[in-house]
Amino acid sequence: MQVLQVIFSGVAQGCIYGLIALGFVLIYKATETVTFAQGELMMLGAFAGLGCVTYLGWPFGVAVVVSMLVMACMGWLIERVVINPVLGEPAFAIVMLTIGVGYVARGLVTMIPNIGTETHNLPVPYADISFQWGSLVLGATQLVVMASTAVLCGLLYLMFKYSRVGIAMQATSQNQLAAYYMGIPVKRLNSLVWALAAVVATIAGLLLAPITFVHANMGFIGLKAFPAAVVGGFGSLPGAIVGGILIGVVESLSGFWLPEGFKDVAAYVVVLLMLVFKPNGLFGDNLRKKV
Amino acid sequence: MRFIFKTSYQQDIQLARHGGHVFWYGLLLWGLVTAPWWLQEYWLTQLIFVMIYSIMGLGLMLLAGFTGLFSIGNAAFMGVGAYVAAVLSAHGTPFPLTLALAAGLSALVGAVVGLPALRVKGIFLGIATLSFGFIVEEGLARWESVTGGNAGIHVKAMVLGSWKVDSAASFYAVCLGVTVLSTLFVLNVLRSSTGRAFVAIRDSEVSAQSMGIHLAYYKTLSFMLSAALAGVGGALYAHKMQFISPEQFGILQSIDLLLMVVIGGLGSVHGAFLGALFLITLPQFITLGKDYLPAVIGQAPGLQSLVYGLVLIAFVMFEPMGLYGRWLKIRTWFELFPFYRKGMFKRQKSFQKSDRLK
Repeated sequence: MQVLQVIFSGVAQGCIYGLIALGFVLIYKATETVTFAQGELMMLGAFAGLGCVTYLGWPFGVAVVVSMLVMACMGWLIERVVINPVLGEPAFAIVMLTIGVGYVARGLVTMIPNIGTETHNLPVPYADISFQWGSLVLGATQLVVMASTAVLCGLLYLMFKYSRVGIAMQATSQNQLAAYYMGIPVKRLNSLVWALAAVVATIAGLLLAPITFVHANMGFIGLKAFPAAVVGGFGSLPGAIVGGILIGVVESLSGFWLPEGFKDVAAYVVVLLMLVFKPNGLFGDNLRKKV
Repeated sequence: MRFIFKTSYQQDIQLARHGGHVFWYGLLLWGLVTAPWWLQEYWLTQLIFVMIYSIMGLGLMLLAGFTGLFSIGNAAFMGVGAYVAAVLSAHGTPFPLTLALAAGLSALVGAVVGLPALRVKGIFLGIATLSFGFIVEEGLARWESVTGGNAGIHVKAMVLGSWKVDSAASFYAVCLGVTVLSTLFVLNVLRSSTGRAFVAIRDSEVSAQSMGIHLAYYKTLSFMLSAALAGVGGALYAHKMQFISPEQFGILQSIDLLLMVVIGGLGSVHGAFLGALFLITLPQFITLGKDYLPAVIGQAPGLQSLVYGLVLIAFVMFEPMGLYGRWLKIRTWFELFPFYRKGMFKRQKSFQKSDRLK
């Protein structure tokens, strides 16, 4: 029974990884840019929510919506100002650029007097509720994480499948040049994708806040989302979530069974094995260039 | 303007192309050799750090700048070198042997990391090396019987035969020697067929393969050389710091190393040195500038990270060739005076090339 409990919390943690990985994958699919700033976007989102709830005193629901909107603008702005001018440069340059964006975000947050260097608790309405199911204790925070992830995935699925914007994004991700010839405003879509990724990151941040705390270095969890994205196959949206959950479960099980220390590296061991034996991931598509 | 008349093929691979090179690099070397006599001890220490970082930068430059494989885990190799030096010097092993073993073991670790490089490219390789870096860091922290775990380990002073290297000046001399040797080594690798193969792989894997370059061999070799140099740098670093702990070799150190080669200028040996100079002097400048800024900004703990980020963004956006690229432009301006045109180094506009098709 204890194992089930461990798996349960692993799945909840994995959903967070999956949500951050979703941001990577969205951006990668659309612009073939790998961003190292996704964790920092999540951190900014959590701080935006914290600012709305604690310092402006708004109700939680309003705060969630407002911080999502603010972060969408932020994502849009980052794409416009720094990413767009260097598209077409080697991927490596853009990776360095996003590392720079992450540094700037972390530096700016730390510079806010009295707030940036502290660890905060985000007061959520569902913080202390838990349910008893058999001998399992299901915390509301974790249930909310899972439910929101499921809803968000459903919404994204519907958007990509049926909406005009979603289909245009799919086209752009398959072939930028061809999409451009078909009259799709590729540049505007790229900005939109960044905004969307920032919104997803904000949701992840707000969901993670009650489990850990809100602080300037919480973005480093983003580095654990890379394994999630790779395990799922870097270009696949459902893959990101499945990969995240897989990583989360492996991590908490290795914390349960294996000696201390394995918990922190379990995700990386999994991703190394994946890269050596199945580089395309679980759901990745294997495209080959034909001459 | 200088015209070089080629009279033999040997000229193409000479280390010093013309008299100017001989004169200026000779002057630089002379200045460095005599540095302990005219430089304060504080600045001598900074110079030592510049040298240590430039050795590691040379390694990463070989890998990222010349072979086009980019690694977010080079601090792990540095850590291996540092711990080898720490453990061996505790047993009284002479320094040359320590250095050789540090380089050798790091190279072995590098060969292991090179394995995924044979199958994955680009960003996936970055993630593989990142993961490896985390695993090595955790391994160093957990293997307490040898490494002392998170509590860290003290490193004894360097011993060279009967000469105990404990003053700043003598340590500086050792560092200078190792740096010059490493630089010559890298330069010689680059002008040999091995170096040409690296550059070919960077420019196009498909065409390199069609020219008969064995990708697996050269990629692994590149990883090994890079790791060996990082290990050498790590060993010197351990002796300099006299105290090492696993978190000094984590992801932030790896990113610092990357930042260094990108700001210095990818694909140039000069870049490694300029980048190291930049990385070491920037915190000094920030400390100096702090007093002139309003207290809210100047005393904030995030200032350094903010400046690093902004500088990195500015370089990638406006000067992708880094500091060395800026120097090239200035030099060309003088060489061609007054015929320098604005667009001479203009980047070609290009569409995003897809990585997804292999």
